Amino acid sequence: MSDKIRIATTSLAGCFGCHMSFLDIDERLLKLAALVEFDRSPITDIEHCTNCDIGLIEGGVCNSENVHVLREFRKNCKLLVAVGACSINGGLPAMRNHISVEDCLNESYIDGIGVENPQIPNDPELPLLLDKVYPIHEIVKVDYYLPGCPPSADVFWAFLTDVIEGREPNLPYELLHYD
Amino acid sequence: MNKTISIDGKTIPFKTGQTIIEAATAAGVYIPHLCHNPDYKPHGSCKLCTVKINGRNCSACTFPATEGQEILNKTPELENDRRKITQMLFVEGNHFCPSCEQSGNCQLQGLGYYLSMKDNHFPHFFANRELDASHPELLIDHNRCIFCNLCVRASQQSDGKNVFVISGRGINKRLTVNSTTGKLKDSNISVDDCAAQICPTGAILKKRTAYAVPIGQRLYDTKKIDEIALEQENKE
Repeated sequence: MSDKIRIATTSLAGCFGCHMSFLDIDERLLKLAALVEFDRSPITDIEHCTNCDIGLIEGGVCNSENVHVLREFRKNCKLLVAVGACSINGGLPAMRNHISVEDCLNESYIDGIGVENPQIPNDPELPLLLDKVYPIHEIVKVDYYLPGCPPSADVFWAFLTDVIEGREPNLPYELLHYD
Repeated sequence: MNKTISIDGKTIPFKTGQTIIEAATAAGVYIPHLCHNPDYKPHGSCKLCTVKINGRNCSACTFPATEGQEILNKTPELENDRRKITQMLFVEGNHFCPSCEQSGNCQLQGLGYYLSMKDNHFPHFFANRELDASHPELLIDHNRCIFCNLCVRASQQSDGKNVFVISGRGINKRLTVNSTTGKLKDSNISVDDCAAQICPTGAILKKRTAYAVPIGQRLYDTKKIDEIALEQENKE
């Protein structure tokens, strides 16, 4: 195995906006590629993560599959990072949290405006929805948080360069945003 | 001879009758706060202005300055307490900054930034709170109310009205509108009232004014709340 720092990333109940923002580091991606190696990530299509240094989690936990993925990341990543508003407080998907799952499904698939052939999807392949959308720190221990919706490319860069160069990560005021 | 107190080792003059936060603000020393506003009687509810006076924790907005007080304000211990209080405020309501019209100009958010708060630490309540959009020009989003009592005080003390009241206790505490239906449209609030403009979060908003300032140019985007608060409160 190479000496490169191994990073895994995933999006749970997220919109991939944080991943897009990560890619916004633009040409710094080349510098990063020289220092790190991507394990499980939408960038690589590797299905399971093993022995990673950093796990970046976008999105909250809304279904049973999210729980399994999150636990796999926790087990295999030395440093687990909650990336973006949804992983930190559930974000916009958590706005369903005071509505019952039954009412949510009925509104989306039965009673909603413009629904054709109304039926609630129940294929066994589909992960079951949880009662609520949970911030990831309510399911596993989280080591660091990168707030923002999404965190800017500079936030990713500041965090990763700090960790790669062996410093404790520190976000200056101008990089700290909840939106 | 001038009477003085000491805050974090700095000598600060005060006038008889001043609270600690008033003396500090006049001397350019920021003590974090949300429910305090120099125009209104202190309420002492948010506890963010907690300082250590001669070894005891007290609210700087209600505690009178007296000669020789040794006060600790910006210590790691107190900043940590304040961060925890702010986190509790965030988990108790539903503060989804990305979808909030007040984002960027919100004192609760600005304080989170000032205290380097990166997460909410505690389990979230995800409380079911109402929205009152009945008024043609104003909106109340109870998800964002932190019960600072500022709208209650502003309505009574500035507007000469009595539009708001905090009712209930503990987890059932709610901002209530004094009208027969409980709806804002049936109250005598006007969009120009101080009560309509004083909310430190996005709980009371003027309709059709949202997102007017681009991201990057909003109040707390580049300037910290300590600087802004001292500027505003010393101007008044």
